[in-house]
Amino acid sequence: MTMRLRMWVLALGGLGVAVLYVLACLDLPSFGGHRHPYGDRAVRAALARHTANTISSVNFDQRALDTLGEESILFGSVLGTVVLLRQTRDEDRQQPEPARVAPSVRRYALFALPVTLLIGLYIVAHGQLSPGGGFQGGVVVATSLHLLYIAVDYRALERIRPLGLYEVADAAGEAAYVLVGAAALPAGWAFLGNFLPYGTFNTLASGGTVPLLNAAIGVEVAAGVVVLLARFLDQAVEIVSTDEEAEGRA
Amino acid sequence: MSAAPYVVAGWLFLMGCYGLATSRNLIHAVGCLAVCQSSTYVLLLAVGYRSGGTAPVFSDIAPGSRPVVDPIVQALTLTDIVIGATVTALLLSLVIQVAKRHRTVDPDELSELRG
Repeated sequence: MTMRLRMWVLALGGLGVAVLYVLACLDLPSFGGHRHPYGDRAVRAALARHTANTISSVNFDQRALDTLGEESILFGSVLGTVVLLRQTRDEDRQQPEPARVAPSVRRYALFALPVTLLIGLYIVAHGQLSPGGGFQGGVVVATSLHLLYIAVDYRALERIRPLGLYEVADAAGEAAYVLVGAAALPAGWAFLGNFLPYGTFNTLASGGTVPLLNAAIGVEVAAGVVVLLARFLDQAVEIVSTDEEAEGRA
Repeated sequence: MSAAPYVVAGWLFLMGCYGLATSRNLIHAVGCLAVCQSSTYVLLLAVGYRSGGTAPVFSDIAPGSRPVVDPIVQALTLTDIVIGATVTALLLSLVIQVAKRHRTVDPDELSELRG
């Protein structure tokens, strides 16, 4: 298809989408309106279950089964990336060279590492109370480990990051979510029902299963992001194609 | 003025599609797909907004004291962002493999089949 024809097809399709979208928007309730029937019910249900952060209550209690599906997409993407970015037969692994780091960068990163790790764990643990939760906190925890790559070098990161362990943790997080859901069954609840006592509103031990599911997601997201980044860093730092090496030598 | 968020969402989606169709680089195409996806965040959050509303988190406001925005769409957006990030990672790993096997990341040069 020539570029010209492609632009015509695109213009036609774009125009069609734009017209349908405008027609659909005309039927939407106006922006900032006060009619949110589902939102009002979700807030009421969250308060009844002593969960201060309504969004966590929606994700891990009221729509917990949907979150299981979303978590599985995450798990599947990580798995797919691991398979796609493995070392192939025509590639060699090269030991990364130790690198020099500016002292100010090293000081700052080594200071920021424990602080970031703590903030990440805090965000996971307080998901039922304040904005945050397993998804966000997991990413922060995974980021904090990679500050070691900035502060020292790739070998130091590899030493604190036994990849096999993180791959197991990723699967364990996914499994823990299903197991917490299944634990509701013997108690006479539906799968992923909130079967634990709701606790005191606005304390760490409130929301029933919400903190447990948050922790499971936190483990999975943190481990998943570490594994993902490790695969990409391997490609960038360690894995070299053998014919490139041959070209380099010649 | 009140239609602006919906217009922005539609504009973002169409611009992402334009970028996808005219892309000369697969990494750029993955970025365009992320732009398309962010239009859904804008649309979801716009649908859930309530004028004068605050975040639906009751750790520091008394329930019922202030209007809050719709928590359902916020929860949807939250998971959408996480899934978007990991799917982007999966697509980028595909791009790495394409670049290795075909020595190009221009989608127009990828017409031939190779075993």
